[in-house]
Amino acid sequence: MATVTTEPRALLRSRILRRPTATTGIWSWVTTVDHKRIGILYGVTSFVFFLVGGLEAMLIRLQLARPNGTVVTAEAYNQIFTMHGLTMIFLVVMPLSAAFFNYMLPLMIGARDVAFPRLNAFSYWVFLFGGLFLYSSFLLGGAPSGGWFGYAPLSEQPAQHMHMYALGLIILGISSTVAAVNFAVTVINMRAPGMSLFRMPVFVWMTFVVSFLLIFALPVLTIGLVELFFDVTYGTHFFDVAGGGDPVLWQHFFWLFGHPEVYILVLPAMGIVSEILPVFARKPLFGYPVVVLSGIAIGFMGWGVWAHHMFVVGLGPVANSAFALSTMFIAVPTGVKIFNWLATLWGGDIRFRTPLLFALGFIAMFIIGGLSGVTHAVVPADYQQSDTYYIVAHFHYVLFGGSIFGLFAGIYYWWPKITGRMLSEAIGKVHFWLMLVGFNLTFGPMHILGLEGMPRRIYRYQPGLGFDFWNMVSTVGAFLIGTSVLLFLYNAVRSFRHGQVAGPDPWDARTLEWATTSPPPPHNFEEVPVVHALDDFWHRKYAEGVDGRLVPVVAGGANGDPTGNEGSGADAEAAVAPNESAGVDLRGGGEAALPPTVQGEDHDSGAYGDAHGGGGHGIHMPSPSYYPAIAALGLPILCYGLLYSSILVIDGALTLLVGLFGWATEPSAE
Amino acid sequence: MAADIRAVEHGAPTSTGLSNSKLGMWAFLGSECLLFGALISTFLLYRGKDVTGLTPQKVYDIPYTSVSSFVLLMSSLTMVLALAAIQRGDHGKLRVWLMATALLGMTFIAGQVYEFTVFVHEGMTIKTNVIASSFFTLTGFHGAHVTGGIIMLLSLFGMSLDGRLPVEKAEAVELVGLYWHFVDIVWIVIFTVVYLIPGR
Amino acid sequence: MRRRGKARRGAILLAGLAFLASACGSGKPQNSLDPAGSYARKIDALFDPVFWIAVAVFVLVEGLMVVILVKFRHRPGNPVPRQVHGNKRLEIGWTLAPSLLLAGVAVFTIPVIFQLAAAPSGDVLRINVTGHQWWWEVRYPAQKIITANELHIPVGRKVRITLTSGDSGSAGRAVIHSFWVPRLAGKQDLEPAHTTHLLIQADAPGTYLGQCAEYCGLSHANMHLRVVAETAANFQTWVQREGQPARQPPADVLAIMTRADIGCNGCHAIKGVKDPTGSPFIGAVGPDLTHFGSRARFAGDTFDNTRQNLAAWLHDAPSLKPGVDMPSFVGKLSKQDIDALVAYLQGLK
Ligand code: HEA
Ligand code: HEA
Ligand code: HEC
Ligand code: CUA
Ligand SMILES: [Cu+2]
Repeated sequence: MATVTTEPRALLRSRILRRPTATTGIWSWVTTVDHKRIGILYGVTSFVFFLVGGLEAMLIRLQLARPNGTVVTAEAYNQIFTMHGLTMIFLVVMPLSAAFFNYMLPLMIGARDVAFPRLNAFSYWVFLFGGLFLYSSFLLGGAPSGGWFGYAPLSEQPAQHMHMYALGLIILGISSTVAAVNFAVTVINMRAPGMSLFRMPVFVWMTFVVSFLLIFALPVLTIGLVELFFDVTYGTHFFDVAGGGDPVLWQHFFWLFGHPEVYILVLPAMGIVSEILPVFARKPLFGYPVVVLSGIAIGFMGWGVWAHHMFVVGLGPVANSAFALSTMFIAVPTGVKIFNWLATLWGGDIRFRTPLLFALGFIAMFIIGGLSGVTHAVVPADYQQSDTYYIVAHFHYVLFGGSIFGLFAGIYYWWPKITGRMLSEAIGKVHFWLMLVGFNLTFGPMHILGLEGMPRRIYRYQPGLGFDFWNMVSTVGAFLIGTSVLLFLYNAVRSFRHGQVAGPDPWDARTLEWATTSPPPPHNFEEVPVVHALDDFWHRKYAEGVDGRLVPVVAGGANGDPTGNEGSGADAEAAVAPNESAGVDLRGGGEAALPPTVQGEDHDSGAYGDAHGGGGHGIHMPSPSYYPAIAALGLPILCYGLLYSSILVIDGALTLLVGLFGWATEPSAE
Repeated sequence: MAADIRAVEHGAPTSTGLSNSKLGMWAFLGSECLLFGALISTFLLYRGKDVTGLTPQKVYDIPYTSVSSFVLLMSSLTMVLALAAIQRGDHGKLRVWLMATALLGMTFIAGQVYEFTVFVHEGMTIKTNVIASSFFTLTGFHGAHVTGGIIMLLSLFGMSLDGRLPVEKAEAVELVGLYWHFVDIVWIVIFTVVYLIPGR
Repeated sequence: MRRRGKARRGAILLAGLAFLASACGSGKPQNSLDPAGSYARKIDALFDPVFWIAVAVFVLVEGLMVVILVKFRHRPGNPVPRQVHGNKRLEIGWTLAPSLLLAGVAVFTIPVIFQLAAAPSGDVLRINVTGHQWWWEVRYPAQKIITANELHIPVGRKVRITLTSGDSGSAGRAVIHSFWVPRLAGKQDLEPAHTTHLLIQADAPGTYLGQCAEYCGLSHANMHLRVVAETAANFQTWVQREGQPARQPPADVLAIMTRADIGCNGCHAIKGVKDPTGSPFIGAVGPDLTHFGSRARFAGDTFDNTRQNLAAWLHDAPSLKPGVDMPSFVGKLSKQDIDALVAYLQGLK
């Protein structure tokens, strides 16, 4: 940044807005470019959307509890299930994963921030505004009701309000693309010295794979959405048979995006599980390279299976057979992961802490969803299953049983790192079991319902078809899930006041994020760590004896007894980690410790929000900025303009341009 | 825009030695490839359709478009010269070539606007049929990308006039150049697919 | 997985008791696990073993996990685990084993895909079905029959249905539907401007219910259909009757139907009936009513064809079935008008 700090005065004069200086309060959050704060923003926002999407699910379940339900109208129901699907996928699982990417990725690779901190802020604000834009449709004549995959030509009937869907998803797509570019570059370029690719934690690898999936999958959806929007708004004919268009093209576009998307939704959770199992089994991940490579394989194979969503379209037996084959074999790399996880647990010393419970819940439930997925790949069977509740069961088992359980595992695992305090284990365990039972009660019966003939997306069913009983069970289950979520909320709130102080390494974990304080300082690490091995932090604490047994490294800051039987930070309820392992010498195993860095030089205010103050170690962190949020604000304005008035279009474009200009001319740190 | 060049450490080398911005631009262009790929696929899929009304193939003026394509190709050359100029520290030449590139781009856009006007005049609009829809959307998207590029070029020009584009910031020119060449290459593909390969 | 069976798979259900309470006997007219014809049986015969394979994998893998969790749970005094980093041979093993298993499944799957897609030979009945928002237009081209929502087929005979989607009145462009009668066959989408095909066949006389399976807008939930399988003789009788023109309406009913503010004939066809100017009833927005009285249910097989229901329908159709194109006649049709119409319509046997 030497060049930047000697910026010509002209620049300072011409700047439109003064550099934000707030260090606390709302403006510090609006202007923050700290990856950890942005991660928290992502996390909180997407959790709020989870509650909203869950509330919508509750309405669905209330309506379907009994035959000929009258809780909501047909129109409302169709809007609700569409928004439920969109919310859960685009506003919950994707951004909640992004929350962890943001917070953990730089810490895990020993970086001080992501590659483009302001771009990072931009993607958060675009996400938030995109979500609000989508939800504003409720006030503007009705929410989209064409289903989350918006099949044309239905989606082109004005009554479905799919213009808001098209623009909303384009906005959200911009957010995700930008974020994906940022994470991909961060992984490629920001790793600490010695952190070679195959020393990266699996979670980092999965982030990396997901970023590429996003980079390549989203533009396909974007073009589909643009064409949909043009059809609806400007009278083009892309999916209109009257003008020569072909509605099936939409399906190809959507699922060419959509199938990679489902792996975008689950790979982060798989990464989280791969981090958690070794910690609580106190063994390294079994077959690390294989787990990584199978993740990459899933990423590649995910591009070749999209038409399994279209088996009943009538593409012909040759196409259907080809996609049946590719779909079946995508189960292989997924199975490899499952077996490697089980082998990780095998021979371990398994401690059933809440994060592990959720990780195990992930494995157990995901297997069920995966196996039902394989039965869809049996094409003739899918002729019966497609568009029934059997599909709804499949994807909730992989999305809720998979992604959401995995993300909850991540929340419980990293909560102490992020907040500095533990969540209650007791409440956590009740939360887990209640959710597991509720989940299976809700979605298990849907298998039966689907096979017994209940189509999805129906706002009511008739008595006499045999659907009554299991629907009621499912509704009861959904309320158990709801209760468990409320319990989690209580646990979270409670933790801020009564949670035990966590210390840097409460689980006696393996990866670098645990080497710094909880929560970490703005600059993450006092010294950028030098990495010598996979699970480097673990090896600073423990060495492996000749027989593969653990031996604590004396000066390494290990929790003493390698069995962790007593006094271990792993026993979260009892003891708070005695491990002041921020003091672990990050310069690396066994070498002589470096003298402590000189304090005080270049000491700015040092306050948190004024991030470039760093810890006063001469570390320049990027300064907060208004411009990402301003630029992001331009997008929804522009989109409202496309719908309502060209003045707003100009307004939005100008806001965007002003934001980008200010951004481009403002030095990233000063 | 996205030029938070290694903001977090004092000029510390990146893991690969490549600059973040350049990698980011490459990743972004990778995404753009699929964006145009989807648009071009749409056009290819529909080009042979039996539709009513005029289709682009019936109203093209290929020599005219060849000239404007040549103009755009030339702008890649001037872009290269602009980059070379800033790397030499020759700010005068930099401004000349930046402006030349922008002007060539504007010529191309003007040509496209004229072409569209002629087509509409002859009775082919974006609503005529699906081939026309695909044509206008594809070339329109490309035009929008060129326009974005022109804005970036003019911004660089302005910054340079203002003395805010020192040699150390040559990378900004390089990034815009990458983008500009990409848009150019895409046009070659579009020109071939849309204009040169005979359709219905 | 374990909650997926039906009665005959009930043995493995944990929720056995509750399950039985709901699954006793029939009462499940759309049960895909209870096939009633050769095509549906082909699918079930494939799904069955796949289901059991899945159950086996499930029990094996989840069982293994439970065993591991119990066996290797933390107990005070446990030795430190050995730090195992992997095992090539094992990993190759669990890559290959599922691959082989799936290859086996594929070998059985792909022939069935082709069998179900093959055009049938021999004595085939052909029916054309067009989906509308939200009802089914049914035509028998050879027999020159037009009806709605209710297909009649002879037992044992193969039936090839040609499917497409048609315009849907005021809603505009035709949308995608999916034809699905689970006990007779899998589902097949109906695409606008394209035709697709589906084979069905029923072994025994009976009524087989189905439902539109592709989300098609507001009243997707109210787009049912039924297939009535009959003996050859009964089918012939049905064909005979459907071929006849309709009973003529009494003068007062005709007057109501053709009133300017009512205009049933603008949307409905009734074969053989003409308005006072002499033009026939050939409206095509709604279902053909020529033999409406013979149909068990109406409006996408959603309401029993009773006097009460029909009267309510004629009074205010959109309140019964959201979004329908048939307007509300509230304030336009008096109670007497409606009674007369109902009597006439239900007499259209
Ligand atoms: C997280 C998201 C996620 C994931 C991971 C998956 C994973 C899989 N999905 Fe799923 N899927 C969805 C989300 C997901 N899906 C959604 C949202 C839909 C519906 C969209 C909509 O219509 O709204 C859908 C729909 C869907 C369909 C379309 C059905 C239809 O509409 O007609 C199909 C068809 O083949 C399918 C198949 C599969 C397969 C084979 C896998 C495989 O990847 C699963 C592999 C995993 C395992 C098999 C389990 C573990 C493996 C072992 C223990 C090894 C041993 C196993 C064997 C030997 C079999 N999925
Ligand atoms: C990650 C994705 C995800 C998740 C987590 C869920 C969660 C749930 N889903 Fe959903 N679902 C989808 C993705 C998801 N779903 C998708 C993609 C579709 C397809 C949409 C389409 O067809 O277009 C779908 C469709 C779908 C349907 C089918 C609708 C239809 O076809 O007609 C049903 C029906 O029961 C359903 C139910 C539920 C339930 C009960 C939950 C529950 O697990 C929810 C749990 C409940 C909560 C989380 C609420 C907790 C909060 C409270 C109790 C209130 C507290 C409130 C405050 C404090 C303010 N979902
Ligand atoms: C504007 C068009 C329109 C008019 C006018 C109209 N209908 Fe309909 N009608 C429909 C449509 C469309 C349906 C199918 C609705 C559905 O099932 O989704 C229908 C369905 C019906 C049905 C049920 C048919 C079946 O088998 O499902 C009956 C009976 C009927 N109409 C009678 C009448 C009578 C009698 C009148 C005049 C008093 C009338 N309709 C006027 C459009 C119309
Ligand atoms: Cu027709 Cu759903
Ligand atoms: Cu898929």
